[in-house]
Amino acid sequence: MSWIFAGLFAWLLGWGINVWLSNRPRTRLTGIAVPLIFGLTLVAIWECVVQGFSINAVLLPPPSMIAVRFATSLDILWQDFVQTVIKGALSGYVIGCGSAFLIAVLIDRFPFLQRGLLPVGNFVAALPIIGMAPILVMWFGFDWQSKAAVVVVMVFFPMLVNTVQGLQATDHMQRDLMRTYAASYPQTLLKLRLPAAMPFIFNGLKISTTLALIGAIVAEFFGSPIKGMGFRISTEVGRLALDMVWAEIVVAAIVGSAFYGGVALLEKTVTFWHPSQRG
Amino acid sequence: MMRSLFPVLTVVIGIFVLWYAGSVALNTPWALDKAKRAGLELTTAEIIADTMNQQKPKLPPPHQVGQEIWKTTGAMVVRGKAFSKRSLIYHSWITLSSTLQGFVLGTLLGISLAVGIVYNRTMDRSIMPWVIASQTIPILAIAPMIIVVLNAIGISGLVPKAVISMYLSFFPVVVGMVKGLRSPDHMQLDQMKTWNASAGQQFWKLRLPSSMPYLFTSLKIAMAASLVGAIVGELPTGAVAGLGARLLGGSYYGQTIQIWSALLTAAALAAALVGIIGLIQTRVLKRMGMAR
Repeated sequence: MSWIFAGLFAWLLGWGINVWLSNRPRTRLTGIAVPLIFGLTLVAIWECVVQGFSINAVLLPPPSMIAVRFATSLDILWQDFVQTVIKGALSGYVIGCGSAFLIAVLIDRFPFLQRGLLPVGNFVAALPIIGMAPILVMWFGFDWQSKAAVVVVMVFFPMLVNTVQGLQATDHMQRDLMRTYAASYPQTLLKLRLPAAMPFIFNGLKISTTLALIGAIVAEFFGSPIKGMGFRISTEVGRLALDMVWAEIVVAAIVGSAFYGGVALLEKTVTFWHPSQRG
Repeated sequence: MMRSLFPVLTVVIGIFVLWYAGSVALNTPWALDKAKRAGLELTTAEIIADTMNQQKPKLPPPHQVGQEIWKTTGAMVVRGKAFSKRSLIYHSWITLSSTLQGFVLGTLLGISLAVGIVYNRTMDRSIMPWVIASQTIPILAIAPMIIVVLNAIGISGLVPKAVISMYLSFFPVVVGMVKGLRSPDHMQLDQMKTWNASAGQQFWKLRLPSSMPYLFTSLKIAMAASLVGAIVGELPTGAVAGLGARLLGGSYYGQTIQIWSALLTAAALAAALVGIIGLIQTRVLKRMGMAR
């Protein structure tokens, strides 16, 4: 019973602090503190609800149990992280985004291809590409190569569409100015159109971070060596060891946020001139 | 529209040509292997003919996939067994129903969160960062867990899959609707104030209508995401029913043609669903005088 009251108290306290903080003038500190307090409150309520209603740990393990499991199985988590994120997701991300970028620059020279590929690319970007996973696992084997292949296929089209759109983002006036400078095609590309395309390119890169992780993890459901986050999740679910599953999810959440945050940070330094970054 | 028809057709034809070339290239080793064991020498024409008609090709050529799709949809309908367990219509229906359920739930959740975020400062400051963070988490990875846990407390069938679809589809709706509900500018909001409009009137007559273009754009993304969620949600249930189950079953037994036909059906489903929303969008926006 006391757990339930503790949960209620945590809820009221957290919400109270947040209401108080949000009504104060917005600063950098409150901008970080408010969501942080909200998250901590949720975790506290979660712990209290699980303990208070004595929910079976098989269904929903309390955060404390997950934290213990996380701390005690760091070696397994690290091994899975290397297998899935470094080998699978990251290599696929680099290959996929890189090739999409190069092809987009090539397409850009041919308006015909552009008009043909953009609708098709937009269409493909909306398809459930993840379904390619079993096929690619069949082609490239169980190890990380097939995961990287799935990631390449998943990130390729969003990246392509965004880059092509970005390269069209300059207006006539700017391109005419380059022409009056007698700028050659590579000069226009490097000095005007690629910098102008950066917000779009980073948009594609940011979308691709999540897709890459999802692709690498889900592809492991279709077959993988005995390590990897997707493998661990599907087997530990089978053994009903949900604390381990949650520990993997924590890893996935940290990696996903860090990956996204890293790209966003890079965007901030590269496209410092864009209105959305100055605001 | 007509201007881009020809380029699009060219690209589509190009894809088919590449597909055929790819299936010849990928299936040739198996054809040669078979011939070697039978002690035969194959000419190039014979090799190509063989790659077009293998039982379990590495990459089935389009016509084989097309035949399989017809066999499991159209032909089933003709024989009056449209909803037998072997028919893709049955599996598509399973996937479609959980997709739609998740989509509706996700949209409702998304819109209500967006309203809360727009009208409540505390919610805006505390929830919005988490909504964005929630999408950097590869949620699909925990699909199996959601299914198992909900199963353990006695919820099975459509709902667990719909929950996954919901999680995937609420995000675009929240982001789009927050943007849309905030799209009326100061002048318009001031106008409402001079008319002494209540908060409710301001919401129903100004904010909601002006958010419609944003809503439809995000609904399209949400629908596509919802379908992905439903398909992935079917994987851990042990390949019972649905397009995801067909994918998994195909990959267990090496039935590549089955995988490709399920994949293409899923693609067609996605295209149809997004297309329908697009049609509704044009209709509604035209009626509201907002069509561009």
